[in-house]
Amino acid sequence: MIPAKTPLISVQKLGMDFHQQRVLYDINLDVVRGETVVVIGESGCGKTVLLKLLIALLKPTAGTVTFDGKSLADLNDAELTQQRLRLGILFQGAALFDSMTVYDNVAFGLREQRKLSEREIADLVRQRLLEVGLPASAESKKPAELSGGMKKRVGLARALALQPEVMLYDEPTTGLDPIMTDVINELILQVRQRHPVTSVVVTHEMKTVYKVADRVIMLHPLARLQPGENQVLYDGTPESLKKSNDPRVHQFIEGQARERLQEMASATNT
Amino acid sequence: MATVGPTRPGPIIALGGIAYHAVTLLGDFTLFSLQTLGWMARRRPTPGTVMPSFYLVGVRSVPVVAITGMFIGMVMAVQMYNQFNKMGMATRIGSMINITIVRELGPVLAATMLAGRVGSAMAAELATMRVTEQVDALSCLGAHPLHYLVVPRLLACGLLIPLLTVMADFMGVMGGAFICTRLYGVEAHYYWAHTAYFVSMWDVSMGLIKAFFFGCAIALISCHRGLNSQAGAEGVGRSATEAFVLSFVVILVLDFFLAILLINLYDMFILKGMTRTFL
Repeated sequence: MIPAKTPLISVQKLGMDFHQQRVLYDINLDVVRGETVVVIGESGCGKTVLLKLLIALLKPTAGTVTFDGKSLADLNDAELTQQRLRLGILFQGAALFDSMTVYDNVAFGLREQRKLSEREIADLVRQRLLEVGLPASAESKKPAELSGGMKKRVGLARALALQPEVMLYDEPTTGLDPIMTDVINELILQVRQRHPVTSVVVTHEMKTVYKVADRVIMLHPLARLQPGENQVLYDGTPESLKKSNDPRVHQFIEGQARERLQEMASATNT
Repeated sequence: MATVGPTRPGPIIALGGIAYHAVTLLGDFTLFSLQTLGWMARRRPTPGTVMPSFYLVGVRSVPVVAITGMFIGMVMAVQMYNQFNKMGMATRIGSMINITIVRELGPVLAATMLAGRVGSAMAAELATMRVTEQVDALSCLGAHPLHYLVVPRLLACGLLIPLLTVMADFMGVMGGAFICTRLYGVEAHYYWAHTAYFVSMWDVSMGLIKAFFFGCAIALISCHRGLNSQAGAEGVGRSATEAFVLSFVVILVLDFFLAILLINLYDMFILKGMTRTFL
């Protein structure tokens, strides 16, 4: 039996470069089963890259990502596909397939598995759509006919259709109005209550952090770090986030741009 | 205070950079093509993924290919009639027009037209899917992008572009015959008799073999460019342009080498066999 505190996802000395630009360096992170980890940080600090490395959509330039004891780098194509099915992801722009209806989008993963009959797939699709609060009338719509909030909910239903063990959310509330933001936050909580999932949420929406997080990790852009500093500025509970001694954490959670404006002004003067 | 900008690379370094980029691109494309063939052999695509590609490449291309083919034949007839008539060989014009159409112009111009119509559309579609993370979503839902997106398009282009070439050939032959026999008054019996004497099944087959390779090249190049698109509208636009330009260049290069290969094959096997039978 796996001990309760054995990490389901383990990231060791992870680094990622794009061409000659380093985005992530020496990241270490363990996520245990059932935990909801929220990753926050400024735009461009590598949050989305970290999320894509967790599901092996990108290959790290350094370090390893281990999922349930297996290093993703050691898996072949077929094994990787099977492993990915244990993770669901809600993309930033929902990434719905334009050419398909809402129904076909949610049914896509189930049909690809070729294990269920069309009737069983229909039952599951309707159940998932109801869970995210979408009526049957939405089934025949194309993604272009949906609002931003509806797209995110369809994206969530599509990810949940395969009953993943881990849900990854890439900025789930970006671009949504405050009401819809709260709807998505509530859905993240409901998903956790209904299904025994481990969640990793990437966001810079502080309301989401305080509402859904068990643990918060704050990343900082590498270009703004002092030599020898760790990219992870904060790793702890959301309650103690405000008590952090690091002024950069406070500036982020309170949205203070004074220091950044001064930097921008001095850069423009030179 | 004056600032020092980055130093510009010298011509040799710039040339080296271009060569490095070209070799990397070629290697990546070769790997991409081999992996696609591997997926084609490994798992049969479903009708749901194949049929839309067949419809887009095949059915939707018929009018444009038919019109292109017809005008190729008609233009050739207009250009050649005067020369042949001056030499007193007007009745032999059919053989010249038709052999040129079925061997060269039919396949090459049909493929060029399809590279513009189908290839660019494929590249733009896949590029949009790439930049909107739909390709990543496919991978996360258990579908391999090569199997789901590239294999159906390769099948559609490889199988249907030769069939569309048959259409282009037919319309070209008819267009040429119409101008020669109806407009210039060439005797239809001699026009067709000379055509039948000089144009063999091998000439038609040669065009169709070329069309098969052109189709595969269009599909692979367009899908490769689309799936490797840079972000944003500029990236998508560039992918579509690159898909057409590269397909066009590759069609001409392939045409040259396939022509040499197929003519040599004809001389080595078919002509030798015929000579042996005759002797």
